[in-house]
Amino acid sequence: MSIKDQIQEEVTIRFAGDSGDGMQLTGSLFTNTTALLGNDLRTLPEFPAEIRAPAGTVPGVSSFQLKFGSNEVLTPGDECDVLVVMNSAALKANLSLLKKGGIVIANTSGFDKKNLSLAKYPAGVNPLEDGSLTEYELIEVDVTKLVKEAISDMGLSYKDEERTKNMFVLGLLYWMYNRPMESTISFLETKFGNKPEIAEANVRVLKAGYFYGETAEIFSSRITVKQADLKPGTYRNITGNDATVLGLVAAARKSNMPLFFGSYPITPASDILHGLSMHKKFGITTFQAEDEIAAVSSSIGASFGGSIGVTSSSGPGIALKGEAIGLAVMLELPLVVINVQRAGPSTGMPTKTEQADLLQAMYGRNGESPLVIVAPSSPADCFEMAFEAVRISLEHMIPVMYLSDGYIANGSEPWNFPKADELKDIKVRLEGPRKDTESQFLPYIRDERGVRRWAIPGTEGIEHRVGGLEKEDETGNVSYDPDNHQKMTNLRKEKRDRVADFIPLQEVDQGKEGGEIVLVGWGGTYGSLRTVTHQLRKEGMDVSHIHVKYISPFPKNLKELLEGYDQVIVPEINDGQLVRLLRSEYMLKATPINKVKGRPFGVQELKAEVKKAIKTPVS
Amino acid sequence: MPIETLIDEFIAEHKADLDNLPGYSAKEFSSDQDVRWCPGCGDYTILKQVQNAMPDLGYAKKDIVFISGIGCSSRFPYYMDTFGMHSIHGRAPAIATGLKVSRPDLSVWIITGDGDSLSIGANHFVQLLRRNVNVNLLLFNNEIYGLTKGQYSPTTPVGAKFKSTPYGSIDHPFNPLALSLGADGSFVARAMDRDPKHLKEMILRSHQHQGASMLEIYQNCIVFNDGAFELFTDKKSRPTEAIYLEQGQPLIFGKEKDRGIRLDGLQPEIVELGDDFSKDDLWIHDEKDHTKAHLLSRFFEHPPKGQSVTFPRPFGVLYAADRPRYDEDVVNQVEYAKANHGEADLDALLEGPETWVVK
Ligand code: SF4
Repeated sequence: MSIKDQIQEEVTIRFAGDSGDGMQLTGSLFTNTTALLGNDLRTLPEFPAEIRAPAGTVPGVSSFQLKFGSNEVLTPGDECDVLVVMNSAALKANLSLLKKGGIVIANTSGFDKKNLSLAKYPAGVNPLEDGSLTEYELIEVDVTKLVKEAISDMGLSYKDEERTKNMFVLGLLYWMYNRPMESTISFLETKFGNKPEIAEANVRVLKAGYFYGETAEIFSSRITVKQADLKPGTYRNITGNDATVLGLVAAARKSNMPLFFGSYPITPASDILHGLSMHKKFGITTFQAEDEIAAVSSSIGASFGGSIGVTSSSGPGIALKGEAIGLAVMLELPLVVINVQRAGPSTGMPTKTEQADLLQAMYGRNGESPLVIVAPSSPADCFEMAFEAVRISLEHMIPVMYLSDGYIANGSEPWNFPKADELKDIKVRLEGPRKDTESQFLPYIRDERGVRRWAIPGTEGIEHRVGGLEKEDETGNVSYDPDNHQKMTNLRKEKRDRVADFIPLQEVDQGKEGGEIVLVGWGGTYGSLRTVTHQLRKEGMDVSHIHVKYISPFPKNLKELLEGYDQVIVPEINDGQLVRLLRSEYMLKATPINKVKGRPFGVQELKAEVKKAIKTPVS
Repeated sequence: MPIETLIDEFIAEHKADLDNLPGYSAKEFSSDQDVRWCPGCGDYTILKQVQNAMPDLGYAKKDIVFISGIGCSSRFPYYMDTFGMHSIHGRAPAIATGLKVSRPDLSVWIITGDGDSLSIGANHFVQLLRRNVNVNLLLFNNEIYGLTKGQYSPTTPVGAKFKSTPYGSIDHPFNPLALSLGADGSFVARAMDRDPKHLKEMILRSHQHQGASMLEIYQNCIVFNDGAFELFTDKKSRPTEAIYLEQGQPLIFGKEKDRGIRLDGLQPEIVELGDDFSKDDLWIHDEKDHTKAHLLSRFFEHPPKGQSVTFPRPFGVLYAADRPRYDEDVVNQVEYAKANHGEADLDALLEGPETWVVK
């Protein structure tokens, strides 16, 4: 049989196996190689909350989905073209995500009696043999056996041999999609630098997979996906959490202030703690605190002392930090609070995404406690918005909540990264030393933006006291005066509202200003909304897309912009939160589209929902 | 190490600062705010002794910070003319940790109470001690919640009747010094509001100690729990009910300095000095001995009113030892990374390990 060479515009692959099968690594390596070839791409890692859920079972399945193409790719794809399954549980958990007619590559050794029973297939049923996969192209490969053949002469333990299985599959897919192996080989050689025999085994198995594809003629075609037409420039691949780390480091550099990061481990935010801990040479101090409250409190202490105080968590941890965030609002100190949102309430679904903490960010503290809220829209955008969070916090002496989510935090995409000197400087206004000992130092005197100066210990003549009790303006003295409380409440709100003068105006991402329909989103739904808008416009509909990245305060022109459309539709991965803010702020009629399944919007599903919403506008 | 050596070392280390010091008076540490504790509250003496101690610290006013939580005692920073923060309930140790780790040049003081540090903030309290952050914690223990008007606290003895315990408390109290030793606190001491001279000495010792210093101060709440510590603080009963610890000195107490404590193995016993026992037979106090410090912390009886304790309540430094300080180690790691991990090149960081060019 002859193998055809085929060109495709985009491909979605899903790697699925047991948590111990190394599917996340396999997916990441395929992603890096693909990025280096210049394809646009998006990834969706999905893994169980348990570190090692029972092997071979459906809850223990870990998956990594990747969509890449020669056109713009903004979502990791609804359905996949190729599903790689390392065992029968992986097939059971993921088959519904495979396109009709798609390819299943199955590791047959994961379909033995034991695995089938662990995956809870009825006795005697093997999906590879019972004809249930006839709608798909099934490719069976006995990976365990082929791995053994490739490296049995090396005398490795059974366990070490088994661990290289994922490299066989990766090699096979590299052949199938015409990708080079060099980047992966050099990764393996570095990773196993002190275990050369393990490095060699992995490389041998990777190559064995590749050559198996070439010689075994199991595929009817070999596919090429050409380089994408991205904006010219130098790119790298990056996840949202990594981009957040870089945004913080860059902001510290551009403000010339040290950064203190107090955090407590929590999924899916911990990678930010790991990432920053590696960048100590940039003058970054990281502190793994005893709990969420100590994490934010230590950041406030550092901020009082003149560092950029940053803390990170996910929803449950943010709830614990609430009182301390209120203290920072009261003290008027810089503080950046990172919330990598996950499905809630309570512990919820730690590894699954959601954007249901917006109202918590907005209102989840006692008293009138206004702060700034920003939200990155994609993995790479995390860099810019983390930088912005620090900028606003330092320049306006106010806490900033940064709302990322599990989907963009773990997902990755190509990033046309900036040069350090292209980044704008952050202007910090420190209080200077004072020789005058007669008059009282006024720690809460404000400039025209309502912002006080940062008065840090060690500065002569400005010794002063701050606290969580209501204070008098200017002097900072404790005050329970009724009119003063009204005044201070107003001042804190006005200070937040005036930030609107120092953020970009809202732009229309796609479409035009004014028209029939606008989709309004925020945060991680950007890719789905953009893709749906693009498709609907191609179908001839008058649909525009606006993505809000500054939520509190909103950009000054947002109201007017939204009023220019006949219908405003607000899709969110929650039960309707931005839509409530828009309604209450602007008295706007808006139609919500909501989903809370722990997964991002699929393009087709969202498109169908938008069409339904257009037919039935809600007032 | 004897205290003199410690002080000499300290002076040598801070010579430059000391020479350049503006000669402060205690009064200069008093802020312009009216002090608002109840008349007769033990907090007044403590405030005065802290202000008295300040000129001896060897720090300029601009480099001293007081951080408190919530409670009567936590109003303290408002009355000090230094930098200060009156924060939220229980969190002062965490705030102070962030401050000290990022600003090791500052002299950082934590002002807290028994409710603040042993109930709502107990976690931060023990973590601060275990990490050994170089700050000074003054624990104002009055065995009551004062600011919320008289509920029992985590140091209130069993049986005490207060607003929330009309039938008597059934809640086993903390022994703050035993807790601190258990958390590996490197400096554990006790003082009382009614002995200002000793109190000031203990405040200075806390400051001189390099590491987390935990000084418990018995503080009389005249309104809700008057006389809680009377047995130990009253001049009449103090000689027999309390004992002052001094490094290298035998454990002696009593009206006529006629009683002592000796150790039979690890079993302490009270002896009368005279024909049978002399000073040489007594337990010699050694601040560096963790085991003996534990024994001393267990001299913690709560006798019914009117009765005496068997073992006198110890005051002074139970334990003081040198061990690595978290804040210094954090700074050292950052400095090491700066010196050894190559240039902090932001462009290289943004670029990452692998890039590609789109033309
Ligand atoms: S209530 Fe008690 S502790 Fe509080 S200020 Fe009054 S006397 Fe002092």
